Amino acid sequence: MQNQYLIIALAPLAGAIVAGLLGRKIGRAGAHWVTILTVGLSCILSLDVMRRFLFQDLPVFNENLYTWLSVGDIEFHVGFLVDKLTALMMCVVTFVSLMVHIYTVGYMKDDDGYQRFFSYISLFTFAMLMLVMSNNFMQLFFGWEAVGLVSYLLIGFWHKKETAIFANMKAFLVNRVGDFGFLLGIGCVLFYFNSMDYSEVFARADSVQGMTMELFSGHHWSVITVTCILLFIGAMGKSAQAPLHVWLPDSMEGPTPISALIHAATMVTAGIFMVARMSPLFEFSEVALSFVLIIGAITAFFMGLIGLVQNDIKRVIAYSTLSQLGYMTAALGASAYSAAIFHLMTHAFFKALLFLGAGSVIIALHHKQDMREMGGLRRYMPVTWITAWIGTLALIGFPGFAGFYSKDAIISAVSHATRDGAGFASVLLIAGVFVTALYSFRLLYLVFHNKERMDEQTRSHIHESPWVVTLPLILLAIPSIGISWWATEPLLFGDFFGSAITVLGANPLATLESEWHGPLAFALHGFMTLPVWLAIAGALLATIIYLFRPGIADSAAKGLRPLHTLLDRKYYFDEFNQIVFARGARKLGQLFYRFGDQAIIDRVFVNGSARMVGWVSGILRQVQTGRLYHYAFGMIIGLIVLLGLFALTTWN
Amino acid sequence: MMEFNTSELTLLIPEMLLLTMACVVLVADLFIPEQRRGITYLLSIATLVFTAIAILRLHDGSAIATTVIMNGAFVRDQLGDVLKLCILGVTGIVFVYSKAYLRERNLFKGEFYVLCLFAVLGMMVIVSSANMLSVYLGIELLALSSYTLVALNRDSGVASESAMKYFVLGAMASGMLLYGISMIYGATGTIDFQTMSEVIAAGGANGMILSFGLVFVVIGLAFKFGAVPFHMWLPDVYEGAPTAVTLFISSAPKLAAVAMALRLLDFGLGGLFEHWQQMLIIMAVLSLMLGNVVAIAQTNIKRMLAYSTIAHVGFMLLGILSGSETGYAAAMFYAITYAIMSAGAFGVVILLSRAGFEAETLDDFAGLNRRNPWYAFVMLSMMASLAGIPPFVGFFAKLQIINAVVDVNLTWLAIVAVIFSVIGVFYYLRIIKLMYMDEPTDEHPISPRVDMAAVLSINGALQLLLSIFAGPLIAVCVIAVSGIPG
Repeated sequence: MQNQYLIIALAPLAGAIVAGLLGRKIGRAGAHWVTILTVGLSCILSLDVMRRFLFQDLPVFNENLYTWLSVGDIEFHVGFLVDKLTALMMCVVTFVSLMVHIYTVGYMKDDDGYQRFFSYISLFTFAMLMLVMSNNFMQLFFGWEAVGLVSYLLIGFWHKKETAIFANMKAFLVNRVGDFGFLLGIGCVLFYFNSMDYSEVFARADSVQGMTMELFSGHHWSVITVTCILLFIGAMGKSAQAPLHVWLPDSMEGPTPISALIHAATMVTAGIFMVARMSPLFEFSEVALSFVLIIGAITAFFMGLIGLVQNDIKRVIAYSTLSQLGYMTAALGASAYSAAIFHLMTHAFFKALLFLGAGSVIIALHHKQDMREMGGLRRYMPVTWITAWIGTLALIGFPGFAGFYSKDAIISAVSHATRDGAGFASVLLIAGVFVTALYSFRLLYLVFHNKERMDEQTRSHIHESPWVVTLPLILLAIPSIGISWWATEPLLFGDFFGSAITVLGANPLATLESEWHGPLAFALHGFMTLPVWLAIAGALLATIIYLFRPGIADSAAKGLRPLHTLLDRKYYFDEFNQIVFARGARKLGQLFYRFGDQAIIDRVFVNGSARMVGWVSGILRQVQTGRLYHYAFGMIIGLIVLLGLFALTTWN
Repeated sequence: MMEFNTSELTLLIPEMLLLTMACVVLVADLFIPEQRRGITYLLSIATLVFTAIAILRLHDGSAIATTVIMNGAFVRDQLGDVLKLCILGVTGIVFVYSKAYLRERNLFKGEFYVLCLFAVLGMMVIVSSANMLSVYLGIELLALSSYTLVALNRDSGVASESAMKYFVLGAMASGMLLYGISMIYGATGTIDFQTMSEVIAAGGANGMILSFGLVFVVIGLAFKFGAVPFHMWLPDVYEGAPTAVTLFISSAPKLAAVAMALRLLDFGLGGLFEHWQQMLIIMAVLSLMLGNVVAIAQTNIKRMLAYSTIAHVGFMLLGILSGSETGYAAAMFYAITYAIMSAGAFGVVILLSRAGFEAETLDDFAGLNRRNPWYAFVMLSMMASLAGIPPFVGFFAKLQIINAVVDVNLTWLAIVAVIFSVIGVFYYLRIIKLMYMDEPTDEHPISPRVDMAAVLSINGALQLLLSIFAGPLIAVCVIAVSGIPG
């Protein structure tokens, strides 16, 4: 199996290298063929791994393949840990990536950076696979930074666009904050567990449990709690949890295919995956889990609210992504790791579908993204329209669709949790369902229904996107409807994840399991539960406001002016960061620059020592006169000195 | 006592093959017309390849046992074989890089190849030497070939002058070495490393004569390395010699020098460790200081790289003077990676030069990225690696050395090494800055031949790959030095 795993991980890298370095030689078609084929190969082999796990009892693979470095008794390896959790992630990553590759052929058709783009997304696939397949913290961090790198490269893909550069920088800076925590967390792991290897660290969790550290004198902190919270801060950056969420909406400046691949389906879920992978550690810290739970719930509800007032089609979906990531995080906090991963999977399909659908609309309207200039598109783009409906129903958790099962599992798990903050989280999550339905249907109506609001020239050019764009939509719509019918039972109630996920307390999904009598019965039962009615209420409200009485929206915005402004300014997070952190940091920097850097370091240390070295250098240079007898003389002096120092002292 | 065992000759096949082929090239070249000179070139490359194959064939797939033959004159072991293969490989790179250079300057003659092959033979003899006589023979074969190579371009005054300096100073160094050898022979009564170390360990040698001899021998060694204060020849020769020759003498001979130091100092004179360690400390510190500081003032890239060599020699000496197996392995690893980096850097210098233009000043590198991004990147990785910036392999090489030095409680030496490396980063970064930030002064297109382009790219890639896969090569070095007898 080792070779198969290696091929899965390295094939996209090979594709990326070929498309990146030989892009000009192999041309546009060559670049997309080589990357699509290599990612396709990875996808097929990943599905094969999954098949073997399901039907052939494939054993868990955990081996180091290469020792990169050993320092003292710590060794840094490159190794794979492939269990069912990994296999699931591999399938999701490679499948969505393959869809996005195909889609890109249509979306980036006229772009100059065609080959570069394919090279980046293949490179991303490689990095993401290295992240999920890792068996140690070092490689996890490598994958973590590598996916981040590609993400920055792609956000700033149109590097001549002012806003793209700003968004690029913002994503980079905010992620530094998260990664700082993450790195400290890994440092804690190394320090207290004395290993980088997952299995060894998890095995030692028990013995580290009682240990405390003294950060400030007199205050003792549980080592595991501090480690877990630090690791989770890393996850907050990558998975865009409040208050480190600010980069994700701006990342929409990048091309749409990567919004689907990186900023919805895969990379942003790396944090979720990481926490699930670390469940044997997190389970030992109630405090850390409560923290996770509360952050997740806050993100889920409040980010959804912002989605209500956005007018850019991609930003609405971006806020929806934030909100859904909040759901997953909350599930982690409630120890319902399997529900979080399940939602991660269904979300990957339907959110990628929604993004790609939005992209399809954007192509048709010649890169216009403002929903106020859309409307009535269903007549022109039937495939996009229907798939968008499917995606929306899945997103709001309409019974029978993929999102229903995963979201219901999360809500049930959180409402039955007994941890601190569970009650608060549960209320927010349930209320969030209503908000989700409201903004989702708002988007659907503003884009596809209602009267056509675009200008005449744009209207005359609207047509359904080519098959390379619609095919991925259709292929993603299928799991958005059906994946849960097949996957819910094994993932949530079966022993699918086995030893990959550890839950110490009571099974948070036990209540749900008792209500489970097959997917159809569960969907029907859903109509008797509060979340579904809230979703339907949200959808109905949206129908009234945006389909029948468009005037209501404006008068509501006027009537609730303060609230609307608050949401429109996104709770003033950006302003706060801009003023306090960005400007404050610059002020502080300038202060240090003037006094510390210019006056002391530059004048005294840098220029002083540089002048000194230059001066010495100039003098020593004179020694090299070019005259042979000087050289010979130098050697003789050297001889005499050495003789004097060593030979004669021995004599005495 | 002299006896001759013909079965020992099988272990000498690589050297004999190289000698025979060098003679064949010498004679064959006389009958090859000017326009077919390519045959000599191919023949020389083939010689290197076959010699390498012969070395590998002796291995039988497993690590070779240390065997001393020819009445103690010649030793075949892992250390020797690894270094010989590296010398052959680097020389092959040199041949490819220099072909177009020599052709454009009307120097594309058989002499270059024959002399290089003899120099390689000399290095192989040094690497495998097990007594003073074979060390000396190897050194002279290498040195005489090198003097002539430097003077290859007879019409150039600068080249002749530097060859003359090289020759006179080299003769002095040889004289001192020989004098030292004779004193050690007088003190111990033997020229054989094995017996010598036994006599010294038994305390049966005259201490004063022995230490006088040691000083002279160490000076001879330091001259080969180019350690301060016996470095004077180095900048002048690097600058004066044709770049192709500089490329050769800057790379492979350092490998032979490391082998010679290990054989002579550890195997033969290991009993005098405290004495030679002190001497090497002085020379290492001076080399690090002078090399890094003076390189900053240079405007000629060949001179700059010459001073850079002196600084790197300081690092190699640090590894050797630590006296531990980790230190020896680190020095060996350093020498191998240095040879690769140096070959790559001079390769780019050659790449930029053309008939009537030498690309010797730093300004000739301005805007290289604009002219050709790939070779600019190769040069960038070479410079960053020479500077020891992670993740390039030069960093790991320096790290190994510093580790070894700290392990034997010479932390202050490690600090000196680090400080002067940091000062040294300046002149490497200056090249990078020139290549990437400045406007090109020369718009001449860069169009190397296929073989040159391929090997230079491989050279660059090798350097990058080694930085990822430094582990295996370090492991090879550790195994190699553990086989040193004594």
